[in-house]
Amino acid sequence: MSRPKGEFPIMTMTTAIPAAAADGPPKRRRTPILQILFGDLLAAGLTVMTGALVLALLPALRWGVLDAVWSTADPGRCGAGGACWAFVAAKIRFILFGVYPADEQWRPLAVIGLVLAMVLVSLPPRHWGRRLLTAWGVAIGAMLALMWGGFAGLPFVSTANWGGLPVTLLLAILSLGMGFPIAVTLALGRRSKVPVPRFLSVLVIETIRGMPLVGLLFISSIMMPLLLPAGWSVDKLGRTLAALTIFAAAYLAEVIRGGLQGVPGGQMEAARALGIPVWKAVWHVVLPQAIQKVIPPLTNTAIVMVKNTSLVLIVGVFDMLSAARTAASDPVWPAPYSESYLFVGAVYFLICFAISLYARWLEGRVQDKDLR
Amino acid sequence: MLAAQITALWDSPRLRAWAGQALLLLLFVGTLVWLAANTVENLAVRSIRVGFDFLARPANFPISESVVPYSPMDSFAWAYVVGIGNTLMISAMAILAATLLGLFVGLARRARHPMLSGVAGVFVTAVRNTPLIVQLLFWYALATTALPAPRNALHPLPYVYLSQRGLYLPGIEWSGNGWGFAAGTAAILVAAAVLVRRLRRRGRTAPALPAIAAAAAAILLLAWTTGIGAAASLPELRGFNFAGGMRLSPEFAALMVGLVFYTAAFIGEIIRGGIDAVGRGQWEAGRALGLSERQTLMRIVMPQALRVIIPPLTTQYLSTVKNSTLALAVGFPELGLVIGTVINQTGQALESIAILLAVYLTIGAAVSLLMNWCNARTALVTR
Repeated sequence: MSRPKGEFPIMTMTTAIPAAAADGPPKRRRTPILQILFGDLLAAGLTVMTGALVLALLPALRWGVLDAVWSTADPGRCGAGGACWAFVAAKIRFILFGVYPADEQWRPLAVIGLVLAMVLVSLPPRHWGRRLLTAWGVAIGAMLALMWGGFAGLPFVSTANWGGLPVTLLLAILSLGMGFPIAVTLALGRRSKVPVPRFLSVLVIETIRGMPLVGLLFISSIMMPLLLPAGWSVDKLGRTLAALTIFAAAYLAEVIRGGLQGVPGGQMEAARALGIPVWKAVWHVVLPQAIQKVIPPLTNTAIVMVKNTSLVLIVGVFDMLSAARTAASDPVWPAPYSESYLFVGAVYFLICFAISLYARWLEGRVQDKDLR
Repeated sequence: MLAAQITALWDSPRLRAWAGQALLLLLFVGTLVWLAANTVENLAVRSIRVGFDFLARPANFPISESVVPYSPMDSFAWAYVVGIGNTLMISAMAILAATLLGLFVGLARRARHPMLSGVAGVFVTAVRNTPLIVQLLFWYALATTALPAPRNALHPLPYVYLSQRGLYLPGIEWSGNGWGFAAGTAAILVAAAVLVRRLRRRGRTAPALPAIAAAAAAILLLAWTTGIGAAASLPELRGFNFAGGMRLSPEFAALMVGLVFYTAAFIGEIIRGGIDAVGRGQWEAGRALGLSERQTLMRIVMPQALRVIIPPLTTQYLSTVKNSTLALAVGFPELGLVIGTVINQTGQALESIAILLAVYLTIGAAVSLLMNWCNARTALVTR
């Protein structure tokens, strides 16, 4: 239908309501990109400034990509002004598995695969439940058994020879997993109406949260042999795990306390009115609601703990970061420390960023649920 | 009869609660006693003497840099003081710099400017998702391997040299009673500030220029009486290294860059969250009143955002102080490194760890008190 411009009959003006108007408010006019970038003096200044910042980072791109040596068997070719990724490629097994016997390295690889599989299975919230928890218990047992060996023809490998990514992953999972029940106890204790458990919980939580993790690692690695009777010996990995567990428990406890505070008091009162004993009410009514509320902040604590496992380097546990540092000190290669740390940083980034994306997705789901 | 009484006692909820508590306390104290007994026995077996008398002995180990003067002849106690001084200095500097950078990052992430918010977003995501210790080691590796040797030092400005040995800047060399001068200057500045405030409160226009002139004159007089002398000290290449000037070591530089970036990324998110928590209507009201965008931000939105920002900011400041212990990974001598060295040298682990605990719990309590005071000042006054 064609009509000369400016000759709209009045009739059509009233009947033909534009389709868009029925859907909602008119669309906002988009500001042209040039006006955003150079619209006023401030915007122009910011554009020039960020542009300069990006330009200043270009040499890093040249170092890391264009001039980099990607693969070579000859270490001498590295070190000519570019990054030496060939080093990471050559040492990848050492960085990922440490000094684990070379013929047995399929075992730590299988552990990494098992962790990945379990994480993938645990992602959808509809899988959460007692069965998944049991599966995790079995899987962790299988991982530790695989690492140790000493059965079914697998040679025994002591924890002194464990290293690399499996140690990082195991420390993170075990410290969170064992810290969680302790954290629930501490959080319930802190919310208790009677003084003794409340005082003890506050004492433990605040002392540990007031201390740097490095201090706690010092205590566990130096003091634990003194604190325990002469016959009991815990190896270095176990002592570090103890420190990380206590640390995780104190931080998780505060998160869980937040969830407990968010459960309305009426829930407990209703349960009591139905004749349910206090402890059963806590276990079946209050705790499930509290933990559900704090799942997003719990994932945050998980990220913090994954990052914190890298601190074990300070007390000499051979995690991925120590392995990379040791690898870089090989005199054959021209000191590729920056490349090693960039690689390790990238692995940590992948793990932590994935967790934070998952947390964001979960949070969105929770909000959708609340709206309904 | 007796059995009935016992059942009645058993059913009494108050008694049960008390018994439970007593049992818990007994368990806790018992564990502590057990651990202490084990420790005493183990110490006896290893013939380690416990006590703080080692603190008076000379430390005999060097500390590469410090805010307070130190030499290996000084006592272990003084070595701890040096470590605490360094910890406080790097914490304070990192917190200050990270707050400024974090404010900028937080505002940049909210900016409508796509390049600016993009760069800030990449920065925050990358920094927050990698461990601080990896970042520190990375910066340290850059500072010590990527930079040229002193002979070919980078030379961006006159008398500024950047090399593997650190950053050399022109400095000032003081002579005379430095501490007295510093204390006197601080006193004069505080007095001037108090005076100007008093005058302002009485409604007079502050005599800013005369006050500054008077303070400057007083400081000059003080400099003359304390016999302080200042001479410019310029770095120059002598042999294989630089001499003179002010030196920032690679350890210090790596630590500061790493700690400031890491903390700033977290503070940026806290500030962004705080500003987002202020209702859109506040912005619209500010615009409707004809305030500029910046005025609206600084006068209307920020004061309200601060209420949301300050509690998590406190936590962040505390974790920055605790994170400064990671300096021992790059070899900057803060308290953690000093304690590690002392334990290695003397074997006095118990005492050293007690000191570490005491110092960090004190710092934590002090920062909490300070920030609670800030919080009380910004909190919403309700009746």
